Amino acid sequence: MFVALSAVLMVMDHKYRSLESVRAGLSVAIYPIQLLVEVPETVSEWFSESLATRRHLQEENDSLHTQIFMQKAQMQKLAALEAENIRLRELLDSSFEVGEKVIIAELLSVNLDPYKHQIVINKGQLDNIYPGQPLLDAEGVMGQIVHAGPYTSTAVLITDTAHAIPVQVNRNGLRSIALGSGTINRLDLPYIPNSADIQPGDLLITSGLGGRFPPGYPVAVVSAVQHDPGRTFSQVVATPLAHLDRSREVLLVWPGETTTILEATELAPLDAPSDTDTDGTGTAGIATETEEAPP
Amino acid sequence: MTLARHHGGGVILFTFIAALVLTIMPLPEWGRYLRPDWACLVLIYWCLALPDRVGVSSGWLLGLAVDLLTGALLGQHALSLSLVAYLTLKFHQRVRLFPIWQQALTVLVLLMLHQLLALWISRMIGRPGAPWFFWAPSLLGMLIWPLVYGVLRSLRRGFRVN
Repeated sequence: MFVALSAVLMVMDHKYRSLESVRAGLSVAIYPIQLLVEVPETVSEWFSESLATRRHLQEENDSLHTQIFMQKAQMQKLAALEAENIRLRELLDSSFEVGEKVIIAELLSVNLDPYKHQIVINKGQLDNIYPGQPLLDAEGVMGQIVHAGPYTSTAVLITDTAHAIPVQVNRNGLRSIALGSGTINRLDLPYIPNSADIQPGDLLITSGLGGRFPPGYPVAVVSAVQHDPGRTFSQVVATPLAHLDRSREVLLVWPGETTTILEATELAPLDAPSDTDTDGTGTAGIATETEEAPP
Repeated sequence: MTLARHHGGGVILFTFIAALVLTIMPLPEWGRYLRPDWACLVLIYWCLALPDRVGVSSGWLLGLAVDLLTGALLGQHALSLSLVAYLTLKFHQRVRLFPIWQQALTVLVLLMLHQLLALWISRMIGRPGAPWFFWAPSLLGMLIWPLVYGVLRSLRRGFRVN
């Protein structure tokens, strides 16, 4: 009987994805165990934070100041560029969204199946996380959410063997698909014709074609291209830019909800009231969507 | 009598939770591939020691918890752990009398069966095959079986779980 029950469960989970709500409910029950595993990490972090020396903190502060300064300088240019871009897009009559709504989540320090590249983050349905949501870190795309529980979610990384991400070469717009290789620092691009213009060092960005990932985020850098005349496709290997095995903080993106970068970082609160208004309705829209049917 | 029968259920639950914690405990990269299947080992012990209290249904629930924790297909570990529990119950009277090394060999067979089922299921849903060191956790599980056995037996005797 238990065998039959398990078989039914597995088939339902794999084929129909109808168990997402069951999984989400049950994940509350195992949340304490995940927290328990997290305890040593939290304690050691707390210790190292409270025992950090003044000099160390000052050094860190200095370096952060320099970083902020540099980035502000870049942002100044960005503001002008963004305005210009929007103006040009308006001339072309095409809509273009510059930034997306994001929140920051943290990884739980738990290890899952070593043969799957999956991670657990500390945000869930209560933060409007939904399955299929893109996950980034400071350098590039990390993966997407597969299961969203109320407090935690599981995400699959772009290097998992079951994952594929539509990309394009930043230099010339050549589109392709990057497949996970099962190795944490390698993506395979198996569908690039021998005649295609691609070379090591090319930056691959998301093309936005699958509808999952917003366009324009960096994914990987091509590390090796092998043209073999005997094969239909050349063998292209790329290295992911995101620190897939090192990042502690990750960004979660809502591709539908858009604000310009300036509004998102609150550098230039130009029309603040209308901005917050659209933001509010947008969040409500997403929330009802996740309640009804997660995509 | 009934009170005595249900003595020490908390201890069993505690060992299962400890096994689950060890299952997702962060390990360095090389250690992740060697992690023995703690849940399976603890389940085998309790099935051998208290076959009238821990059985197929406990195995199934434990497996479901493992599925949720490791992000596996829902029901995968539930299936294989309930099968392991069933086989252990079936042979518990014989296995209990085995010397410890022979017990460890039996445990190895059960652990490998557990992993074989996992491999079958993952092949069935289209994941790639496993490298040779996929089986390392089973071997390691066999090697630490005397330790697991000793610790759990002292726990059982210390708290008079019966």
